[in-house]
Amino acid sequence: MDNLRKEWLLNALLAAALFMVPFWAWIASEPFIITLATRIAILAIAGVGLNIALGLGGMVSFGHALYLGIGGYVAGIAAHHAFHGTPILGLPGTNQMLPIWAIAMLFSGAIAAIVGALSLRTSGIFFIMITLAFAQMGFFFTLSWPAYGGEDGLPIFMRNQFPGLNTARPWELFLVAYGVLILTLGVFATLRAARFGAALMAIRQNPDRAAAIGISPFGIKLVAFILSGMITGLAGAMMADLTRFVSPAMMAWTMSGELIVIIILGGVGRLFGPVAGAAILVGFEVFFGGLTEHWKLWLGLVLLAVVLFARGGLIGLIAGRAQNG
Amino acid sequence: MAEPVLSLKSISKSFGALKASDDVSLTLHTGEIHALIGPNGAGKSTLMGLVSGKLTPDSGSVWLDGTDVTGLSVARRARRGLGRSFQVSSLIPDYSALRNVMLALQACQGHSYRFLRPVNRDSALRDGARSILGRVGLGPRASVEAATLSHGERRLLEIAVALALAPRCFLLDEPMAGLGSEGTARLVGFLRELKREAPILLIEHDMDAVFQLADRISVLVYGRIIATGTAAEIRANPQVRAVYLGEDAT
Repeated sequence: MDNLRKEWLLNALLAAALFMVPFWAWIASEPFIITLATRIAILAIAGVGLNIALGLGGMVSFGHALYLGIGGYVAGIAAHHAFHGTPILGLPGTNQMLPIWAIAMLFSGAIAAIVGALSLRTSGIFFIMITLAFAQMGFFFTLSWPAYGGEDGLPIFMRNQFPGLNTARPWELFLVAYGVLILTLGVFATLRAARFGAALMAIRQNPDRAAAIGISPFGIKLVAFILSGMITGLAGAMMADLTRFVSPAMMAWTMSGELIVIIILGGVGRLFGPVAGAAILVGFEVFFGGLTEHWKLWLGLVLLAVVLFARGGLIGLIAGRAQNG
Repeated sequence: MAEPVLSLKSISKSFGALKASDDVSLTLHTGEIHALIGPNGAGKSTLMGLVSGKLTPDSGSVWLDGTDVTGLSVARRARRGLGRSFQVSSLIPDYSALRNVMLALQACQGHSYRFLRPVNRDSALRDGARSILGRVGLGPRASVEAATLSHGERRLLEIAVALALAPRCFLLDEPMAGLGSEGTARLVGFLRELKREAPILLIEHDMDAVFQLADRISVLVYGRIIATGTAAEIRANPQVRAVYLGEDAT
């Protein structure tokens, strides 16, 4: 069986497992498992976002928690105003997920445009540090924003709603997250296969060559960075709704690190890399986190093993090298 | 004489105290191969950088098709018809030969901000790329990744990528580098055909190839052009013989 077929099979298996496990939990009334699966799905969406910048474009953003946090605060602030019946800048708050998602993506896209326009002039370690610096600015800004909880964070008393579903029920919330995950995976696959993806991946491998044939690296990378931030922002809004809480911790640098870890564990640039990575991360947190508070040490060792021996992450380990055709 | 396709007008570029290009002027006309030779460190690579847009000159200008392109980026100049190959093969390593050429076609057809249609099903790109690979003799190797192609094949793929841009002129940086005598002979034949499509500014170390191919030769020494002329004129030029062909001159 060639690598491409193997990867598709593995992807299908992962997609099915991520659906079947919570489905079983729903039948067996195990809401905790459903919530875990929802967390995996949402982290995976954030990972898909980062995977566009990092995996396809080779832009190691160490500040993607910023977009997660922006999405989270959009959801939190909208719900806060809807709950209290107070307007924001003359507009009413909302407790509807769809408009919240749209606003979350708009804001994170706009901020990503600014951050990208400034930081894409650098590369390598400087790019990593600048993206980190911007995320830290966001972190400290929310920390000192008393109107929305400051360092205590902002609770969402009533989970935001999705038309036709009762999002207070774990299974129905999972369906929303799963549906959005599949959609974003579709977006990622489409982008990657299109001219845009061909140009972006070429720029990652050899920017000088790309320029020499007439493709300006800056513009392509900037658009990729914006799309990446938008998808991660969407995940942030959903994450806030899952935990019904937003706090500056969502923008902490450790969160940015976690997103990178997800991509590396699953497979950089691979379609289902973020899904596999998020499942491994959450799995570790639950199983080893129950045994020892030092579970991150073990996660670190696994990460080390992946970087040393399985560069392609879990997907690469099973399905071999990525095929670009 | 008709207006040159490419011309450098008294270009100078210094790195600190080193004058890498010193008041260089040269032209490239339709149908010709203009070779640039010179000993190591003469400033050939700097000049290549100035023409391609990687470097900006301290003074002077670069003209392509009658427009001043001095201020344009590498990508902009490429879109205006400057097709270059690199001294050290510089391809997209993970892409197959076919996809390397498809990418060049995509770039020259227009912008890359298309997000929906898969390139693999873009038959215009595929067929176009296949026929170009066929022309340079890489047809059977179309699906091999650039990184695993042999050195000679990568040199050919460099040319194929430049060809895909349907450029107004070619900028070939040591295309023969590392090719065996057989490969060089084949490439010489191919370049002779290619110059009918668009003129070629050729930087090359292989003197035999240069003297066989070039319609005009410019000799660069310490960043300055000391002589320009036909192969016969350059061979006969005493100054050139002294500084460059010195040891070979008998």
